[in-house]
Amino acid sequence: MIKIENLSKDWKKFKIDNISLEINDNEYFVFLGPSGSGKTMLLELIAGMWSPDSGKVYMNNTNVTYLPPEKRGVGFVYQNYMLFPHKTVFENIAFGLTLRKKEKQQIKIEVEELMNLFGISELSDRLPRTLSGGEQQRTALARALIIHPKVLLMDEPLSALDRKTREELIQEFRRIHKKFDITIIQVTHNFDEALQLADRIAILKKGKISQVGTTDEIFRHPKDKFVADFVGSENIINGIAKEGIDGLTIVDTGNIKIESSQKKIGDVHLTIRPEDITLSNENIVTSARNVFKGYIKEIYDLGTIIKLTVDVGEQLILVLTRKSFSDLELNIGKEIYIYFKATAVNLF
Amino acid sequence: MEVKKSLFTIKLLIIIWKFKMRKLDYTTIFFAIMGSFLVLFIFIPIINLITSSDAGSIISNLQDSQVISSIFVSVYSALFATVIALLFGVPLAYILARHDFKGKGFIESIIDVPIVIPHTVVGIALLLVFTSNGIIGAPLSKLGLTFTDAIPGIVIAMLFVSSSFVVNSSREGFESIDPRMEKVARTLGAGTLRTFYSISLPLALRSIVVGSVMCWARSVSEFGAVIILAYYPLVAPTLIYQKFVNYGLDNATPVAVILISICLAIFILVRVLMRGWRTYDKN
Repeated sequence: MIKIENLSKDWKKFKIDNISLEINDNEYFVFLGPSGSGKTMLLELIAGMWSPDSGKVYMNNTNVTYLPPEKRGVGFVYQNYMLFPHKTVFENIAFGLTLRKKEKQQIKIEVEELMNLFGISELSDRLPRTLSGGEQQRTALARALIIHPKVLLMDEPLSALDRKTREELIQEFRRIHKKFDITIIQVTHNFDEALQLADRIAILKKGKISQVGTTDEIFRHPKDKFVADFVGSENIINGIAKEGIDGLTIVDTGNIKIESSQKKIGDVHLTIRPEDITLSNENIVTSARNVFKGYIKEIYDLGTIIKLTVDVGEQLILVLTRKSFSDLELNIGKEIYIYFKATAVNLF
Repeated sequence: MEVKKSLFTIKLLIIIWKFKMRKLDYTTIFFAIMGSFLVLFIFIPIINLITSSDAGSIISNLQDSQVISSIFVSVYSALFATVIALLFGVPLAYILARHDFKGKGFIESIIDVPIVIPHTVVGIALLLVFTSNGIIGAPLSKLGLTFTDAIPGIVIAMLFVSSSFVVNSSREGFESIDPRMEKVARTLGAGTLRTFYSISLPLALRSIVVGSVMCWARSVSEFGAVIILAYYPLVAPTLIYQKFVNYGLDNATPVAVILISICLAIFILVRVLMRGWRTYDKN
């Protein structure tokens, strides 16, 4: 268990202001917040890269506040991977073991095992700069995990990656979390990521914690406007998923049936990003698998874009440019059709 | 001579025409012509010097023990100064690259000051301190270390004027390494010193070597500070000066050619090595 007590640190433009927090063993915990909220600094404080101005950090009831990072046994993964550019993939991963003066043969066995796990065995002799982002991040993960840390800290590990790789790595993180019997603390500014991964989330704002809770609590019962604003823009619906036609999944929300290209069975959450939904006055033929008739419930004028709540059995939020909003001559109560592709429906 | 001049003009016109063919605008061509002034200004005297001396006089100078020993003293003392600069300069460079503290600007200025002080002034300043009754020279002379008219004097004169190359270049090398890379190494179990020599040092090595070569070359060329501290044993620049004053240009030139050849050879060698050196661009 990690326990943080009244932790404060003020350095240049970064600040942690009297934070107290407990993170349980084997928990997947996410620090969520906008840039400048101090989430990275909090993570680095847990890793021991800074000494705090005041407050304490405990790991397994031992005070580690002034223990240097090399004595804490935590793994760390950065957004930009921070692989050692002069070492090959193998040497990068082996680094932690080399320091522990393990036998060469043993190191080889352990490194190869991890490289297999992450599917990067063929990259063994390559230098980091020749790897793709996803490959680099897998190497960085393997490097952190080879010392079998009790805690894995990850600072925006997915932010530099494209969408597809990000999805793959999210699965990877889940797998690691199960397999390695490890506490994971991840920093992100992306609520989607937090939803898909976290057991619990702490929302940070200007060096303070706004709210701590399970994903569901945070989403359904935001404690203040900041949290609501931060998490509120996504469409999240519960439903039951079953196999559909054409290799798609059908999610029955109780009110409507939504098709998704992702494979899942049973109780699921689904999210649709507002910008992936298109709106029309007539029922036109498109390639989109999901077409629903409904009416406009609310209109929010956000300046350059307009945010709408539509009721199609479920309430969905979508966004329009000001131009298309006026072209469509929309008003509250008007009947409309909405479209979105099966690939736009995210299941978790 | 007239033929040469007109040939040169024709060549220049051809170059300009070629530029035009590559669709370069007149500003670029004008700037290129202006810029080439400095390049030629440096290039022509060096090439002229190297080609001006006949092989016979160079060979006879190479057999002159005084010439050989002066070149040896120069090269060897400069190497010694560079090693000392590395020993003390690299740790300083790392501190300056990684830490902010009060008085940092002052320390940076001190390191850079030798560049702006006239070198004869440096010689006087060092002499006052390192002479056998100076504040540093006195205790050291009791240990048997004398600086005036001795190799140690040459070394400290070289060190004073050249060490900033090592410090500044190494510092740039360290600054180009993301501190988070070092932090990751720490979490993997490397202590601060281990992190330094297994991560920071290898990655900054290229800059450190560049700084060392600059430091060495600057040391070999040092004259002003050296003659005040130690006219003897003769370093190569002093010998060239002595030959020039006593026997004239014809006598000084072959030694100058030998010295410049050694310096250029090492410069080119290092350039070639550097080109083959793996660079690790940051993402």
